[in-house]
Amino acid sequence: MDLFEYQGKSLYANYDIAHPNSFLVNKIEDLEQGFNLNYPVVVKAQVQVGGRGKAGGIKLATNNDELITHTNEILGMDIKGHTVEKILIEEASDIKEEYYLSFTLDRSEKKYLMMLSAKGGMDIEAVAEENPDDLTMIHIDPSKELDEAVLIDAITNSKLNQDYQSDLVAIITRLFKLFISGDCDLVEVNPLAITSSGVMALDSKVSLDMNAKYRHENFDQIEKDIPIPPSEKSAKEKGLNFIKLDGSVGIIGNGAGLVMSTLDVVAEYGGSAANFLDIGGGAKAETVSAALEVLETDDSVSSVFINIFGGITRCDLVAQGIVEATKGKDLKWPIVIRLDGTNATEGLKILRDNPNEKIIITETMNEAAELSVKGNR
Amino acid sequence: MAILIDENSKVVVQGITGREGQFHALRNRDYGTKIVAGTRPGKGGEQVESIPIFNTVQEAIEETGANVALTFVPPAFAKDAVLEAAYADCQLIVCITEGIPAKDEAEMYNLIKNNTKSKLLGPNCPGLISPGKSNVGIMPHEITLPGNVGVVSRSGTLTYQAVHELTQLNIGQSTCIGIGGDPVPGMSFIDILKEFQEDDETNAIVMIGEIGGTAEEEAAEYIKNNISKPVVSYIAGVTAPPGKKMGHAGAIVSGNKGTAKAKMESLEEAGVLVVSNPTKIGKAVKEVM
Repeated sequence: MDLFEYQGKSLYANYDIAHPNSFLVNKIEDLEQGFNLNYPVVVKAQVQVGGRGKAGGIKLATNNDELITHTNEILGMDIKGHTVEKILIEEASDIKEEYYLSFTLDRSEKKYLMMLSAKGGMDIEAVAEENPDDLTMIHIDPSKELDEAVLIDAITNSKLNQDYQSDLVAIITRLFKLFISGDCDLVEVNPLAITSSGVMALDSKVSLDMNAKYRHENFDQIEKDIPIPPSEKSAKEKGLNFIKLDGSVGIIGNGAGLVMSTLDVVAEYGGSAANFLDIGGGAKAETVSAALEVLETDDSVSSVFINIFGGITRCDLVAQGIVEATKGKDLKWPIVIRLDGTNATEGLKILRDNPNEKIIITETMNEAAELSVKGNR
Repeated sequence: MAILIDENSKVVVQGITGREGQFHALRNRDYGTKIVAGTRPGKGGEQVESIPIFNTVQEAIEETGANVALTFVPPAFAKDAVLEAAYADCQLIVCITEGIPAKDEAEMYNLIKNNTKSKLLGPNCPGLISPGKSNVGIMPHEITLPGNVGVVSRSGTLTYQAVHELTQLNIGQSTCIGIGGDPVPGMSFIDILKEFQEDDETNAIVMIGEIGGTAEEEAAEYIKNNISKPVVSYIAGVTAPPGKKMGHAGAIVSGNKGTAKAKMESLEEAGVLVVSNPTKIGKAVKEVM
């Protein structure tokens, strides 16, 4: 789960990682509360999209009037389709040097990857492509401790300012601790800067591993503070994995691979999916009814394709859920169903015993895709 | 022969007293799998439908000669369970558990690799089946048929779809394996391809991938240089929007690599017959065999 800058920085605070003093603003009135910051301050739009600076989402304010003007301007601003709902006001730093640092998992190597560069504060992908020697990449064995000597080598090889070596080792060690103990998928700092008040993490890009939610009390609140589209929200509450897409064929399936494949097959028949909806393994009748309810809230849907291959999931329970959700209802759209695998015979019998003129039962995935695309027109 | 498991494999089920653990242990036993033991700390000496329960994997191995562990332990305890099985020298550990933190996966993978000889399949995988011999996991064995095609996939239900397509055309399978879609899976496509290449009973291989990561690209490179048996492949997620996380923690498109197109191209370049739709897998295999 990708965090906003301000959320990442609140995690910095927990791990004693130096970052500028700041104040979070939700609405212009928040400024009246008063805050303990020294001018000049930077007014930063909180959006999860790159290039906010160029879009006018980052402004410097040297006094209260400028602060109010910029805050008014940026709050509610649209940056590449993202509305600015929060602003982080930070004390401006007197920057001497800007570096880049990140920790992530290298899936090919099955090890953690640290990337460090003296060329921070700019597009690191461009640095990696044009001057790969300027980016130090170090793999860290997840079964071992991070060795300080490795960090010192990396700092030396990356040609960072040696006068600050021990401070850099300290802050990088803490960022690594955040990455590990904080169960982050990504910790990226650009820039990690040497300022007149020491080494500081000026920006934050942090992504959390939500599988680790059970061992972090704060994950729940962080998740709540990230806005998601209403349809995705209601799906989430029902335990469904739902992603809104642009097309008109509503898709319900079990297992991410099969659902992705269903999207592809629908496309092969000239249609396009309105969503990705995975009811997961072992879904019960309620799960299936809930999935249909979620699609009902989406006006772009004009036909529905339910594709189930039972393993842990039992087709009879899926069929029951479909019947419960549709019985006696005048359906808005045709539902094309394909059931295979565990208890498919029982499931198909349940569907045939409870006919609905808008429900079409098919034998194969291809036939179902074809009919759901046709039913769409 | 088949790979990794056969009629002689003796399985200890970790977490046998849980709902899923018990259900699948019994289901696999009904299929003919030698389920010789279960573990559950504190319940040693008890039984589940006449399967003896031990406190530790070590004891289970000593008493029953188990050589394969099947793990249904909840995410918070899965790392310790898998490591316990590895340090007890289980040859193969099949971890079904979904939702293990990536840090735990990375740590256990490297500890096993550095310190033991065990092979780990999963986590977050459906397990594997050698039709007619042994089923270690949660795959519906009804759709399988003994034969000579090896099937390997990152996705559970898509594995079933592929196996179903083969069985419909009366094409049997040597072993069907789901390696799981998590960020740090134990055995990779390459590990499984190597086993299939060396297996006398496998004449052709079906490999099913999906968007995200670079495992398919790496497999393509390996196939080019090391696999002489025909390979048919399907990649899910051609139409998935880039950057969206689609359920499997692994399915994240990043950069140029990881897209379905990039994967399909590198596989085709390696001489693999790539199909555009999972229902075409059966026919394609017939063609290459």
